[in-house]
Amino acid sequence: MEHIRTPKVEQVKLLDRFSNKSVTGTLHLTATHLIFVESNSTSAQEIWILHHHIASVEKLSLTTSGCPLLIQCRNFRLVHFVIPRERDCHDIYSSLLRLLRPVSYDELYAFSYNPKQNDQQREEGWQLIDLAAEFERMGVPCDQWQLTDVNREYKVCKTYPRDLYVPITASKPIIVGSSKFRSKGRFPVLTYFYQEKKAAVCRCSQPLSGFSARCLEDEHMLQAISKANHNSRYIYVMDTRPKLNALANRAAGKGYENEDNYSNIRFQFVGIENIHVMRGSLQKLLEVVGTRSLSMTDYLVGLENSGWLRHIKAIMDAAIFLAKAVTVEGASVLVHCSDGWDRTAQVCALGSLLMDPYYRTIKGFMVLIEKDWISFGHKFADRCDQLNIDPKEVSPIFTQFLECVWQLTEQFPQAFEFSEWFLIQIHEHVHSCQFGNFLGNSQRQREDLQLKERTYSLWAHLLNEKQNYLNPVYSPSFAESHPVLEPSTQAYHFKFWRNMYHQYDRSMHPRQSILKHVLTLKDSNRELEGTVQALKTKLQKFGVRTSPLKPQTPPRERSIAPRPQSLILGAPLLSRKEVQQEEDEEVFGEEAREDAPASTGGERTVEGSSATENGYGEVMGSFGSKNEPGVVTLEFGVARMSC
Amino acid sequence: MELSEHIKTANVEDVTLRRPFHPALRGTLCVTSHHLLFSNRKDEASWQLLILLKNIDAIEKRAVGSSGTITIKCKDLLVLQLEIPGMEECLNIASSIEALSSLESVTEMYPFFYRPSHLTLLGPWGLSTTEQYYKQTERLWDRWRVSKVNSDYSVCPSYPSAVIVPREVDDDKLIRSARFRQGGRFPVLSYCHHSNGMVIMRSSQPLTGANKKRCKEDELLLQAVIDGSELGYIIDLRSAQQAQQARMTGGGFESKSCYRHWKRIHRHHERGKVVQESLIKLVEACSDLSHSVDRWLSKLENSKWLSHVHSALSTAGLVVECVERDGHSVLVHGSEGTDNTLLVSSLAQIILDPASRTVTGFLCLLEREWIQAGHPFQQRCAHSAYSHARLKQECPSFLLLLDCVWQVWRQFPLALEFSEALLLRLAQEVYASNYGTFLCNNEQERCAAGVKENTHCLFQSMLKPDIEEQYLNPLYEPTDLAIWPSVHPQSLQLWTGMFLRWTEYAQNMEEAREEVWSIVKEHRERV
Repeated sequence: MEHIRTPKVEQVKLLDRFSNKSVTGTLHLTATHLIFVESNSTSAQEIWILHHHIASVEKLSLTTSGCPLLIQCRNFRLVHFVIPRERDCHDIYSSLLRLLRPVSYDELYAFSYNPKQNDQQREEGWQLIDLAAEFERMGVPCDQWQLTDVNREYKVCKTYPRDLYVPITASKPIIVGSSKFRSKGRFPVLTYFYQEKKAAVCRCSQPLSGFSARCLEDEHMLQAISKANHNSRYIYVMDTRPKLNALANRAAGKGYENEDNYSNIRFQFVGIENIHVMRGSLQKLLEVVGTRSLSMTDYLVGLENSGWLRHIKAIMDAAIFLAKAVTVEGASVLVHCSDGWDRTAQVCALGSLLMDPYYRTIKGFMVLIEKDWISFGHKFADRCDQLNIDPKEVSPIFTQFLECVWQLTEQFPQAFEFSEWFLIQIHEHVHSCQFGNFLGNSQRQREDLQLKERTYSLWAHLLNEKQNYLNPVYSPSFAESHPVLEPSTQAYHFKFWRNMYHQYDRSMHPRQSILKHVLTLKDSNRELEGTVQALKTKLQKFGVRTSPLKPQTPPRERSIAPRPQSLILGAPLLSRKEVQQEEDEEVFGEEAREDAPASTGGERTVEGSSATENGYGEVMGSFGSKNEPGVVTLEFGVARMSC
Repeated sequence: MELSEHIKTANVEDVTLRRPFHPALRGTLCVTSHHLLFSNRKDEASWQLLILLKNIDAIEKRAVGSSGTITIKCKDLLVLQLEIPGMEECLNIASSIEALSSLESVTEMYPFFYRPSHLTLLGPWGLSTTEQYYKQTERLWDRWRVSKVNSDYSVCPSYPSAVIVPREVDDDKLIRSARFRQGGRFPVLSYCHHSNGMVIMRSSQPLTGANKKRCKEDELLLQAVIDGSELGYIIDLRSAQQAQQARMTGGGFESKSCYRHWKRIHRHHERGKVVQESLIKLVEACSDLSHSVDRWLSKLENSKWLSHVHSALSTAGLVVECVERDGHSVLVHGSEGTDNTLLVSSLAQIILDPASRTVTGFLCLLEREWIQAGHPFQQRCAHSAYSHARLKQECPSFLLLLDCVWQVWRQFPLALEFSEALLLRLAQEVYASNYGTFLCNNEQERCAAGVKENTHCLFQSMLKPDIEEQYLNPLYEPTDLAIWPSVHPQSLQLWTGMFLRWTEYAQNMEEAREEVWSIVKEHRERV
């Protein structure tokens, strides 16, 4: 709390990013959020910005109307305030600077976030995803693959999970030997098993081969992987880096596998650029699409020059190569990059998604992220800048993965159980630090932080709101007829993901959404079906035979679960007058959690115990309400007293 | 010369047909006066492909040993390959196609021979006339009238015989105004807004010339349009510089001093050859199968097609802003007033007027604003994207309109009663058709050729209940409000359904669309 110098500033102007419009309102600074409340009382729109979402705050030079403050968020929101007095602006600015640079994990929102669940509910949330069960689903352990306890104490590899699956012929000395020959000890382990052909997808980091070094154990390890698959005499080794990068690594004693030393491997570079190139590329992309009055020419040229879609395609190409090798040739594949936690995670996860329809369901997609990203140690803390340690470590690697999945949903509209709204929500929470799942860089670190005891799981939260994330045209029979997706890599399939990068830019969005409309129709269909069933049961009670019966009055007044008010799900169509008014207002609601469409414009309450209502406790608190002092003290007590 | 004399070889057996994403087929190829027919008789089931020769934009022949291959590129962007045994037959077929597909005599075209059993030539042709439109539009009765000044097409050869003009302007004034406008296209009413009575007028450029000629009647005519209100807007579809330059060739613009109550806004729009070349480049980019994203984006940009879509929608938005938000009447014109003018005025109506968003309303709009208003279809659509012929007056203005309407539909998927299928059908029919609707360049020519007496009307046939159904948008929910599309480049997209329609892209989309249909149907049945 002591970081907040000015909790409230009035008469703040919020400028629209793409037009000359602006609205006036009050800015509130709380321990967790920056909140803008529009003064116009009839439609009082609010913007809630979680401090963790803020990537940068910039104070621009003073103008006649006040002091401009530019806030850029990791979820691609950009807000531009003008604060009348420079002192207030400076106070807000310096408070924010401190608030958005937490010095320890304990300061992250997840440790103070309390959706009013009891311990049992929280534990159940964490138990939703069970990776051992996932490997069992794939058919592992089996006669060729087994669980090894070699990393039980994180002694062999600090960044791997405890439970790892290896070929049965890979003995402990081989594993340990191989791990010493691999960067960060990340030796080859199983990540996906394609049961139909008994082919395995394995992952690791680069070998420490330098210009000539060899390691017999590592060679044995690859041999063991090869032997575990009787369908193919060779395995592919995919180095996901451009060849030049791999060559350069040799000078540092790292490098890639020499085909002469490993029997029966087919070595392949696939050329995905490194985290620095990706970071730069996204930055260029955002600069282009953030330009006001952008011309079509500048847009397309900028899109090309950013290289963003080229990188997305490179990842997709690699995943398709992987899926083909496994499903068509029946060969096992070993994937690595440098450390095996960025490009490797992208390619393994996306490749598995192409091969296995399960990963295209809501639950399956969670499992996939839990497996290839969280448990195998994608450095979320560093890549998403959770503690502001090193800007050079930040990179949109996971965002790219989500985008690749979105590109696939565009090509195969019926193949996925979820809609893009689901992907965007996951992206939102990877950066929100509201749930424990993505905190830290490795499983081991997460255990040290006792996340399962001290924070909540995002997956439980998302499953609770599952109906909002469904793809209405999803067809399970499509999965049966297309177990393996074979996307086209024609360049025209790679499109700019407007709903991700302009999620908060109202003027960009269609005002009507097919997604929302069809979802609503489907819900209503389901309800009507329910009514029919209920009536039938009733009639049967009375001994009436039922066959051709339709409900006389559809129960329209029964509430269909409210949709989160999101631009992606379509803003309401309004008359010109209202539209204008709307355009003057900024978008309401930063996440579904805080939107509460039912209470738009109405009074906020602190009742209820679901995760979605927690936000209000804070509003009340920060507005000085005395309604729920208990909640408020708890929130702020846990959140800030320690700093 | 009889048509049949062009046919040197009418029949060839054992021809192999290759189409994108279909296995090759063997069968018989026939050339008739108007069609190319391929039929494949395998077992009992027979499969036929019938292509209007008019639909063929370009053919390329290549000899392989003793047989030849003909590549046929259609105006609807389909590309076919025929392998014909025998070099002579191949050359004969190719030259017949070349001769028959480029016939210019209107009365020899297929619509004059097309006689389906379910249609009759009796009864009125078309959906509506100017007089009927006037009768149906009550808000016009007070201040507007139907003028027959052009009944013999002498005042303006490209206008219909009847037009709607301000009541207080008599026919003599119209004649004088017409002399002051290029091609005689004096300002006429295009649309009257239902909520505030403001109008959209359209015309061609005034012929002010280098020495700034004036025409009092033309000034009076425009004065009568705004009738005492303070201000009207002239949306000139050329840059200010281009409008200045036009004076050197006898054209010009309405100067502030002569039209004191009108404010002129210039918006640059490409026209003619430039737009046709855009289409050619775009289609070329879409059929480039190299896999680099950079190359694709660069070619897409280079074609400038989306820039044209962007400017058309932006200017239409500007017109709507004037009419709906600011409550002013608008006059739209470029140079001739037959292309971009119609594009902008009809797009503005789609955005403004709920009546033009139904199937019938949209087709009526096209009939009124494109066919009766004298868009020179025959010249503009003589060739499409593949032709090697030297460009004359080709310009895909109408295709650009369909693309813009598609963009609006993408952004307001519930607001239009029709679906993409209707737009695709029109895109096909405008280049090659069984119907007479898109023949000739204006009413006068259609009259002379006897189009109305001797051909069937496309729009009428599309509105037959069983046919109309396939063009309906299952999600349609009418709204009375203006539907303002976003014109940020990020909000506009390549019309994949059109430009990538013959790729693998289409199929998954089709299945998803069917799924949406079935959900909607289920809902209707349940409710």
